[in-house]
Amino acid sequence: MSDEMMDEGGTIKKFAYINRKAPYGTIYALESLEVVLIGAAFEQDVSLFFLDDGVFQLTKGQKTDGIGMKNFSPTYRALEMYDVEKLYVSEEALAARGLTADDLLVDVEVVADSEIAGMLDEQDVVLSF
Amino acid sequence: MLHTVNKSPFGSNSLETCLKMATSGSTVLLIEDGVYAALKDSSVAETIAQAMGTVTIAALAPDLAARGVADKVMDGIKLVDYSGFVDLVCETDKTTAWL
Repeated sequence: MSDEMMDEGGTIKKFAYINRKAPYGTIYALESLEVVLIGAAFEQDVSLFFLDDGVFQLTKGQKTDGIGMKNFSPTYRALEMYDVEKLYVSEEALAARGLTADDLLVDVEVVADSEIAGMLDEQDVVLSF
Repeated sequence: MLHTVNKSPFGSNSLETCLKMATSGSTVLLIEDGVYAALKDSSVAETIAQAMGTVTIAALAPDLAARGVADKVMDGIKLVDYSGFVDLVCETDKTTAWL
């Protein structure tokens, strides 16, 4: 996209994607990732939030050969290349599942739910998966 | 009787209800997102530990591996593969799925 096009088209909005489902059991996690990648082409200000079972999307060491499904977890590591760098994980969700940030495959910011509430308030668009 | 649970215990009460209905000597097999109930140090670990006093808790290993949690399973949970799943079904008079 040229600078000129950016100037004409160009409001940058704050987009938040809320991820609350575990991968593989339902299609939500993969669909969210697809939308994030498509959205990345529009050069918006994107934040990803992982709440509840959504934190399971980011666990290290996923090996899906045994269940005949594609392991899409490496894609989270590629988000950086699309300038999607703001990943926030619920501190409470991790703790309830016996996980820590060390169990996750990407660098994230672990934040309290109360803080996430405020961050969501500041967004222009919130998409929930 | 064999009971299967395929939902995460953190987002559904399927496991809770299953454990209430599973009588002594039954087997509860965790599959798909149900395997997250096998995590040690989680908020449901205590529930599982208590259930192990009366029922056998098993989990499908390929589902644990897919989700990156195979090395976080609490002690006392029986791990089975797909043929082990079939064996469990064949060994029992009936099977029910808690969805």
